[in-house]
Amino acid sequence: MVAKTLYDKLWDEHVVRVDDNGTALLYIDRQLIHEVTSPQAFEGLRLAGRKPWRISANLAVPDHNVPTSDRAAGIADPVSRLQVETLGTNCQTFGITEFAMGDHRQGVVHVIGPEQGFTLPGSTIVCGDSHTSTHGAFGALAFGIGTSEVEHVLATQCLIQRKSKSMLIRVDGALGPGVTAKDIVLAIIGEIGTAGGTGFVIEFGGDAIRALSVEGRMTVCNMAIEAGARAGLIAVDEKTVDYMRGRPYAPSGELFEQAAAHWRTLVSDPDARFDRVVPLDAARIKPQVTWGTSPEMVLPVDGHVPDPDAESDPVKASGIRRALDYMGLTAGMPISEIRPDKVFIGSCTNSRIEDLRAAAALAKGRKVAASIKLALVVPGSGLVKEQAEAEGLDKIFTEAGFEWREPGCSMCLAMNADRLEPGERCASTSNRNFEGRQGQGGRTHLVSPAMAVAAAVTGRFIDVREL
Amino acid sequence: MQAFENFTGICAPLDRANVDTDAIIPKQFLKSIKRSGFGPYLFDEWRYLDHGEPDMDCTHRPLNPGFVLNDPRYAKAEILLARENFGCGSSREHAPWALADFGIRVILAPSFADIFFNNCFKNGILPIVLEAAVIDGLFAKATGGEALRIVVDLPAQTLTPADGAVIPFVVEAGSKHCLVEGLDDIGLTLQEVDAIRAYEVRRKQEAPWLFIGA
Repeated sequence: MVAKTLYDKLWDEHVVRVDDNGTALLYIDRQLIHEVTSPQAFEGLRLAGRKPWRISANLAVPDHNVPTSDRAAGIADPVSRLQVETLGTNCQTFGITEFAMGDHRQGVVHVIGPEQGFTLPGSTIVCGDSHTSTHGAFGALAFGIGTSEVEHVLATQCLIQRKSKSMLIRVDGALGPGVTAKDIVLAIIGEIGTAGGTGFVIEFGGDAIRALSVEGRMTVCNMAIEAGARAGLIAVDEKTVDYMRGRPYAPSGELFEQAAAHWRTLVSDPDARFDRVVPLDAARIKPQVTWGTSPEMVLPVDGHVPDPDAESDPVKASGIRRALDYMGLTAGMPISEIRPDKVFIGSCTNSRIEDLRAAAALAKGRKVAASIKLALVVPGSGLVKEQAEAEGLDKIFTEAGFEWREPGCSMCLAMNADRLEPGERCASTSNRNFEGRQGQGGRTHLVSPAMAVAAAVTGRFIDVREL
Repeated sequence: MQAFENFTGICAPLDRANVDTDAIIPKQFLKSIKRSGFGPYLFDEWRYLDHGEPDMDCTHRPLNPGFVLNDPRYAKAEILLARENFGCGSSREHAPWALADFGIRVILAPSFADIFFNNCFKNGILPIVLEAAVIDGLFAKATGGEALRIVVDLPAQTLTPADGAVIPFVVEAGSKHCLVEGLDDIGLTLQEVDAIRAYEVRRKQEAPWLFIGA
């Protein structure tokens, strides 16, 4: 028998039909839906007089536009409000389950999917959201799609796809203290670049990945898209199986054991061939900080901002120059001298309970520096929030001077009221440092939750290991 | 979808790598529940000097004179010449909607981000990958002096810039067919109803846990 990669196995199990030219009709087991990329898809269904193919394969939640402060008064911005209401109306019309804003299960779409057991190992999962790659942490083939494809999946439960190439990124060895899943994935993007994964599905393997918790694995797969990959994948192991047990939408009883037996086969065969293999030494990874306007513009915290004059490629040099100008930084300055104005702990990358525990452990007994105008902690879901409060994490954060908020995407992309003002600099646990991402003119530095707390309490980017 | 027809268009050079979909259409415009009307806000933060908001009348907004699409030569551009990894980041289909609404029908780049590339075909835009050296050559021709015009022939898979040197390009056969015929993907997939049903019957036996849903 031909040795298969995990990606081969997932692909083969979901092909409905394949053309002579390699174009396949791929069956989609699960679709997650949010308010921003779905209204035009539902409108398309309505105009064509079509119905969802399999209603129970869909789960919807508003997350991008929801306020993270007091929700009693609803959403102040009428345009945001209409979009959230439109999701509610569409879900009612078509009979799709929605965790609306008042539901304690509401949260960031990529946090609630796994939390509810709606994300299953071995499934195909899509969402009109690029960070759908998150769910690959469960050995599921998960990727973001556009609104036309959201409509396609609603109408047919399938997508027209071509198979990607396969890449294995093997992170061997053990991580140093204070170094996290976020630092691994930022270091990977620094290594292969934001287009390094284009045309590939990336499997993350090696001891350092195996050693990560399921939450940490989600952080790694979440940012596979920032490396340009179609999807990120991590093989199933007992941590994955244990995570699924007892989740509301996961199978239970005998069916769980039957499923788990299959899930345990979702690993790449030992002699499976990848189109590209990238080895990385975990022990060499330091806490990472992005300095520019693309996630590949990243350095270890003890690094120095690059000098465009030292870059031989003219397109790259002009990219560095433009980024330094936008970010208000000078070539050669130490990363540790960059001083943020705001701190954001949250997003589909880093808002799960483990992230909040790591952040709280460092925030305990410390105070947010006087130079920090705002430090936000935005839990990924209502259930994460409840759990954190049960553990007293909210008290630790508020005593340290952080604001403790309601769940949502918040300042990751600033579609709600949480944003940077022009020129403001942010230490952010989110996933994108593009120009204007957190508010027009805002300057984003991507870091791990621990590094964000270190920046909050010292007012600059210091090595969390020195805190 | 409207069928893609051959045309001769002006080529606007956007000389930066890693242009992300947040730059193509910033987040505040994503609050719209419509599919149209995004053109005036295309590249909003680069194109205008003030802060744009949905439903703003753009006719009197202060323009950034340094941005390529504000150059009168490129005001009617239908071809966008770009650098590597064009369309990276968010999956927002609002990006191709904004480009199409502005009038862009072809994008030329050494590489595209995956989701954006797919989204283009769903909206009648043809994204073409060309070798970096060819792209460099086109930048040299398109920048400075008179605007470069290029003849786009999709059935023949050729681009012909004004100087006459034909550039062949590759496009996936299925995507080409849908563009040329203006076909609706969903309609095509629904011709496979029996195959999809048969797959579901088989999978319910093999993996019944996948059929408990929300």
